[in-house]
Amino acid sequence: MATEFHNLQELRHSASLANKVFLQRDYSEGTTCRFQTKFPSELESRIERPLFEDTVKRLNIYYAEAEKMGGQSYLEGCLACATAYLIFLCMETRYEKVLKKIGGYIQEQNEKIYAPRGLLITDPIERGMRVIEISIYEDRGSSGSCSGSSSTSGSSAR
Amino acid sequence: MLHLRVAEPMRECEYSQISTRSSTPMETPYKKRTPKRRKWQAFPGRNKFYCNGRIMMARQTGVFYLTLVLILVTSGLFFAFDCPFLSLQLTPAIPVIGGVLFVFVLGTLFRTSFSDPGVLPRATPDEAADLERQIDVANGSSSGYRPPPRTREVVINGQTVKLKYCFTCKIFRPPRASHCSLCDNCVERFDHHCPWVGNCVGKRNYRFFYMFILSLSCLTIFIFAFVITHVILRSHRYGFLNTLKDSPASVLEVVVCFFSVWSIVGLSGFHTYLISSNQTTNEDIKGSWSSKRGKGNYNPYSYGNIFTNCCAALCGPLPPSLIDRRGFVQSDTPHPIPPTNGTTMYGSTQSQSHMAAATPLLQSEPVILTDEAFLPGRTSLGGSCSGALPLGGHPTPPTSTPNLSCDNDMLPLRNEQSDGLRHHHTDGCHHHFLTPEEAPSPPGMLPCVSPLGHSHTIQGFYNPASQDSLHEDSVRGLVKLSSV
Repeated sequence: MATEFHNLQELRHSASLANKVFLQRDYSEGTTCRFQTKFPSELESRIERPLFEDTVKRLNIYYAEAEKMGGQSYLEGCLACATAYLIFLCMETRYEKVLKKIGGYIQEQNEKIYAPRGLLITDPIERGMRVIEISIYEDRGSSGSCSGSSSTSGSSAR
Repeated sequence: MLHLRVAEPMRECEYSQISTRSSTPMETPYKKRTPKRRKWQAFPGRNKFYCNGRIMMARQTGVFYLTLVLILVTSGLFFAFDCPFLSLQLTPAIPVIGGVLFVFVLGTLFRTSFSDPGVLPRATPDEAADLERQIDVANGSSSGYRPPPRTREVVINGQTVKLKYCFTCKIFRPPRASHCSLCDNCVERFDHHCPWVGNCVGKRNYRFFYMFILSLSCLTIFIFAFVITHVILRSHRYGFLNTLKDSPASVLEVVVCFFSVWSIVGLSGFHTYLISSNQTTNEDIKGSWSSKRGKGNYNPYSYGNIFTNCCAALCGPLPPSLIDRRGFVQSDTPHPIPPTNGTTMYGSTQSQSHMAAATPLLQSEPVILTDEAFLPGRTSLGGSCSGALPLGGHPTPPTSTPNLSCDNDMLPLRNEQSDGLRHHHTDGCHHHFLTPEEAPSPPGMLPCVSPLGHSHTIQGFYNPASQDSLHEDSVRGLVKLSSV
């Protein structure tokens, strides 16, 4: 883990968007939500493969949990039907709860792992669950790609 | 040392957002001045929205109001004219049960009609460009009259499934998704477009649709049975003619219910079959998983037993809407600096004009990609088909007989055909299913044409097995003639 953390706001100021990589959905197991874990070549110089694959695998696990059909989801479905789906006015579905968890996880990953390396993961829900979008930032100040620790703008103490 | 400013959410949305999305350099002073648009106002599909984005319906809603009127009037007459007699003579439970059924029917109808069926949002320009690049790499060169069809194959549960590329939405459609030509959206697990509920039936509202037709069957049978009972009981006492004079509404109810029972009950039976075999109407019509297509052809999505299939369809987890209708439109995130592909269309429907100065990285003019109805013939498609209400007949399982009363528009410059299915309920119970086939075309070559040619429907005689290649050839021929 990098010792310096980029302020994500400053990432925008000091770095410019160089490229975007898209991880497509993996439909080999049907229509359930899964993303391909293939490591994109553009990220080879930016992030270690195990870290990246870990993130994607974790996301896949979360999505599988959201869409899992078991006792709890059936119960929720039957209860909702019995109350004419009015119960969703006061209660959020299990899927939505897991989506919130995913949002928090992605934010945490961005803060800890991806932003220091000049990368940013966009929550797939904002892309209609089609892709995981990874934005690659180039540091404007340096001539090469920003690797996080050598950036001059660095993190600012607030 | 660790400090990440969590900026205020600049838009309301249902999902927790990453803090970075909302912070761009020159945003804040402008945001406070200009009124924010909600996403439903910039929605590219042909849907109507009500209640500030809470309600979403198809463009043609006339038949929905007819459905509503039929249900309300028939039930109202039942409660007004028949229930007093029946509750006295038989049991007061009759109006109570009738009332419960009636409320359930209306509830499920509204839920089906007003909710998002599972619309897939269109690809952002960056995604579309990335896909184009991948396709170009895969195909070699993008020049030539006949670019190969854009499909991807994936093996699901041992069965090879083709994923088609949607030219309107610029995505590869997930399995079981289809593009509805009436609503101009790709819908997940697309079943059919139902004019009677005024919406598509897809992944998110299929269970409500099924509950609606099931409860409507029960209500129709209930009303039919008890109106007959009422007439018989009254006739015993006062004579048949007097009965008709005292309660003329009963005749109307019997007529409406008689014709409705056949179609609605038949439809419920059909959908029960579909649910138990985990198929969509679309797949059943096309015979995608029928054994006639080949020996090894089977449905890869079925769980194997009827109970699990039913549970999955009706009680499974309900995914949230992907289109976030009530969120606020944001200014675009900057595009990557080097243009990735000169022939692709860059732009967005969401950029606000005053932000152009603040985002120097944008390479191209904002292009409006919304599909407005440039084709006058298109809107009449829905009208003419839904207006036809032949009476009489008996329920038949849906066949692929065409509805010849629909218009058949053909544009010389046509960029795309799209899949879509119109499920045409009629009182006469002939279920006409129309499945326009998709044909590829080269948007890279004709970028200026795409606003005009979006998702056009060809309706006509349709044979599921053999029409694919014919359509493709005819489209290619037309494109060849029209391309410069």
